[in-house]
Amino acid sequence: MTTSNMSAVDYNFDVVRQFTVMTVIWGTFGTLVGVLIAGQLIWPALNFDTPWLTYSRLRPLHTNAVIFAFGTSALFATSYYVVQRTCQTRLFGGKLVAFTFWGWQTIIVAAIISLPLGYTSSKEYAELEWPIDILIAVVWISYAIVFFGTLVKRKTSHIYVANWFFGGFILTVAVLHIGNSMVIPVSGMKSYSIYSGAIDAMMQWWYGHNAVGFLLTAGFLGIMYYFVPKQAERPVYSYRLSIVHFWALVSLYIWAGPHHLHYTALPDWAQSVGMVMSIVLFLPSWGGMINGIMTLSGAWHKLRHDPILRFLIVSLSFYGMSTFEGPMMAIKSVNALSHYTDWTIGHVHSGALGWVAMISIGAMYHLIPILFNQGRMYSIRLINVHFWLHTAGIVLYIVAMWISGVMQGLMWRAVNSDGTLTYSFVESLTASYPFYFIRFVGGVLVVIGFFLMAYNMFKTIGAKDNSLKSVEIT
Amino acid sequence: MDYGTLRGFVALLILALFIIIVVWSYSKKRKSSFDDVANSIFEEDKINTEDKKRHLNKDSKQETNNNV
Repeated sequence: MTTSNMSAVDYNFDVVRQFTVMTVIWGTFGTLVGVLIAGQLIWPALNFDTPWLTYSRLRPLHTNAVIFAFGTSALFATSYYVVQRTCQTRLFGGKLVAFTFWGWQTIIVAAIISLPLGYTSSKEYAELEWPIDILIAVVWISYAIVFFGTLVKRKTSHIYVANWFFGGFILTVAVLHIGNSMVIPVSGMKSYSIYSGAIDAMMQWWYGHNAVGFLLTAGFLGIMYYFVPKQAERPVYSYRLSIVHFWALVSLYIWAGPHHLHYTALPDWAQSVGMVMSIVLFLPSWGGMINGIMTLSGAWHKLRHDPILRFLIVSLSFYGMSTFEGPMMAIKSVNALSHYTDWTIGHVHSGALGWVAMISIGAMYHLIPILFNQGRMYSIRLINVHFWLHTAGIVLYIVAMWISGVMQGLMWRAVNSDGTLTYSFVESLTASYPFYFIRFVGGVLVVIGFFLMAYNMFKTIGAKDNSLKSVEIT
Repeated sequence: MDYGTLRGFVALLILALFIIIVVWSYSKKRKSSFDDVANSIFEEDKINTEDKKRHLNKDSKQETNNNV
């Protein structure tokens, strides 16, 4: 099973190991912060009257930790692994490779310090202030040099499809980050955007939605196209579909941003473009999902024994679900009900916990034994327990947010016969409390799952080389 | 040419590109090489497993779907 010490090519797996371990640690940390702020929405006293622990400061810490610390570390680990294995060559860039690891971790630590202190540019998913933004740009360009450099010196003739998705994600995120972070600094930790008004809002959501489209979708589809076939031991269902999938997805996603700005000062035509493009986006999204799930055709029985494969395939089901829900919510009349409610939060978490986290967790469980010279994880049973905890947690979370969100939307738009509002805002908030509690319970289950994963990982790393034998199931 | 006409041409150009991509990737000629690529991620493991014979045997290649 393990090939790292036997293969002819001297792969750089050190950096993959580093990012893999940090993925699990940041996943635990990021979801733990999420549970804390979910708790604060029920029990406000949980901020302990400390400015650093207020919801407003911890919420961006939670989103940055899960997207850029957990998710992006998973992308670094898997893209560095996949590009080496499929190009059969060592990573390009020498010391630059280690710089991307240490640079990225420095950025995360800077976020963990600066966000609770209240330093923020107030742009969603791009809250970090300008000195950190510059460091992000430098590390990201280094990442691009390493990745594309490795593609250039590949020993194989074809570039496997997973690398197309990784490459598209790396390139686009560089453009998005640099474009959206254009600011005029006024002091060491304070800056103002060079864009103003509706243009600033459009830049923000061009960035914001494509962070979803390229970082949280294209990147993780790269993971899907390598790890699902590997874990299922079947080639991808249709390689030709994967090519059409790639080009359709990347050419459509970039236009979907305006659906975040329905009924705002953004010109109507731009809102309509955003809506139409979001609806069309349903097609490549489901094309990709079907391609992933159907890879198992003829091998469905493997799902019964293999909790890692289950993580990967259920992640695709959640991907299908949230890419159906997303286009629907982008329709203006649906958005009129759903926007600013908890429905949005539910949608984001079905994508983030369902798709992004589950595909990453599955890929990590696949990778950890290979990277640390073992035949399997320390405990398969714990992976299974993790799977059910995580799944149950997501279901509780998103169902609670659906109900709460639709309820809020209906309460906010209800009017009496004389035209006055039926409910005050605080009445809708009080009505949401039971659902906030269910969400909190769901979050706790997810965090427990992550702790089990961390335990399982450290036991696997600590075990004697090749002492954990892979299980053959007939 | 005014801006609206230009945009119309760009839309047509992108549609044409998309059709070219679909025709190219679904052409019969490319099927075999795509199957090779889809299977390429398993090659290294085969070399490294003890039964190297399986690697030499081309029949171990698994076909991807023909119609989709």
